[in-house]
Amino acid sequence: MPSPATASALRALRRGCISFASLWLAAASAHAALEIEVTSGVRDPVPIAIVPFTHVPADGGLDVAEVIQHDLEGSGRFKALPRERMPATPTRAEEVTAGAWKGAGSDYVVVGRVSALEGGNVAVEFDLINTLTGARLATQRFSGAPGALRNAAHRVSDVIYQKILGVRGAFATRIAYVGVDGAPPTQTYRLFVADADGANQQRILESRFPLMSPSWSPDGQWLAYVSFETKHSAIYVQLVRTGERRQVSARAGVNGAPEWSPDGKKLALTLGGSGGNPDIFVLDLGSQALTRITDDPAIDTEPVWAPDGRSLYFTSDRAGSPQIYQIGIQSGARPKRITFGGTYNARPRVSADGTLLAMVTLDSGNYRIAVQELATSTVRVLSHGHLDESPSFAPNGATLIYAERDSSRGSLGTVSTDGLTGLRLKASEGEAREPAWGPFIP
Amino acid sequence: MAEKRSMQRVLVVLLVAASLSLAACASKKPKAAPPVSGEATNAASGGAGDANAAGAGANADSEAAGPQAGLLATRVVYFDFDSSEIKGAGTDVVAAHAKYLASHAAIRVRLEGHTDERGSREYNIGLGERRAQAVRRALLLQGAIDAQISTVSYGEERPAVSGHDEAAWAKNRRVEIVYLALPTGAAKQ
Repeated sequence: MPSPATASALRALRRGCISFASLWLAAASAHAALEIEVTSGVRDPVPIAIVPFTHVPADGGLDVAEVIQHDLEGSGRFKALPRERMPATPTRAEEVTAGAWKGAGSDYVVVGRVSALEGGNVAVEFDLINTLTGARLATQRFSGAPGALRNAAHRVSDVIYQKILGVRGAFATRIAYVGVDGAPPTQTYRLFVADADGANQQRILESRFPLMSPSWSPDGQWLAYVSFETKHSAIYVQLVRTGERRQVSARAGVNGAPEWSPDGKKLALTLGGSGGNPDIFVLDLGSQALTRITDDPAIDTEPVWAPDGRSLYFTSDRAGSPQIYQIGIQSGARPKRITFGGTYNARPRVSADGTLLAMVTLDSGNYRIAVQELATSTVRVLSHGHLDESPSFAPNGATLIYAERDSSRGSLGTVSTDGLTGLRLKASEGEAREPAWGPFIP
Repeated sequence: MAEKRSMQRVLVVLLVAASLSLAACASKKPKAAPPVSGEATNAASGGAGDANAAGAGANADSEAAGPQAGLLATRVVYFDFDSSEIKGAGTDVVAAHAKYLASHAAIRVRLEGHTDERGSREYNIGLGERRAQAVRRALLLQGAIDAQISTVSYGEERPAVSGHDEAAWAKNRRVEIVYLALPTGAAKQ
């Protein structure tokens, strides 16, 4: 009679190999252009041991266990056992003596193998073991091109995170952000995508004029953004893999704040028109049909879709100061005010489950990231900077990434939505801003 | 030593990347960056990640020196925090440009609205637009015509000066009046 955990591991095995060969990944340059520092963590992180994986044949390649350890410790929820204190170096579940690891202070052990497959691909297999019960909580195998090994390591981290904390990890995801360097008035603006841990950074656009507001399509293939390259604002969509792009809005006045609809077929955006009054619109990317959503002399901007695609949250100063409102996208819908605390609440983002609203709030003279529980209207300020902005939810809703500017340079920070853990990603040069966390990639 | 060697390797990578991007920048097309894989085939077909060459219509928007006499040499109007009210010295500057535009009907200007760095970026685009529109309305009220004026808001994206204090912020909350070149074939005034 197998234990429930073992049964679940067997089910995982029967589901078979999960291929990531179709993923498009960087084979070359794995330089982390963003450096990570953990800024806060939980008081009782889960003690775990990630034993170096065996490589067959020994290839001297990526240290998969190190990437996993970096992911898990970076989450602030785990504390890894240093390698020199490991009682043994097993690579299979059968070789693990649970008591020895319990004695070394670890509640869980991860062991694994990297092996070369015929045809040039590689496979990563791992086992996650509970040292108290000896139960195997997960056994899984990922295979793909050698260049995807790092992604496979992140996928292992995602599984471990889910098995132990009950929430899917978001390590095997990507972020987009804007990099700026040079001194005003001659700055260079670059649009980057990178792995969620800052590795595999790739520039996808460069301009002498501002680039703003990157937004991922729900399939993670496209970015929408604002570029001023023609000395007027215009919205583009760009296929990340090939660089192919097209201009989708270059109307008179402001073209801003594009946000992809959950079905990937539409963009919510801000248009100012020649009269200069920004309102919210929805653009159908297939038919090019434009639908007006708001019509108010105030600044209406920064729309974001509710997860069901039937309403938008947006910023408006119609009541005198910027606050967040919600409006249905059907014609004749009227906006409902969502935020009431304080004099400045702007740039809403919604968690994938629709329960949390993240925003920029003015908190005792400082612009900070806050979340509001939509059901109860309870607000928690999560960040501690002076000029924090641009919050973006991880697809698992557990973490936010945002931009901060506490020194002379801008960097990116993350904070968990319970406020307990955080880290900072610093650009190796220049300033990083406007992070957008991409979706889960199947 | 090991560290030095790895630095050299990084430099080589950077140089290769830089030469690739330079080669790619030679393309006139506003192509986006090559894909992440960095494969030569993709790089060749993908072109450069360079939006700077995107100049279709750039000629129509080329900047000109514009008039320099007296107040006309002043091209910047400053604003208070969270305000789009033209006041003080700005009133006289705008009046001078309005008078000039009213008597030079072929001359065109672009009003570029800016904010300081505080608050959210797209909301600041809205504030910068509001400032540009305030200057536009003032110009129109004093004799300029609509066809002479275009506006753009850069929000906080193109600060005049760096710095994170009130002195820097005051210099960044502004509308710049940019004189544009006459369209080709237009009569000089």
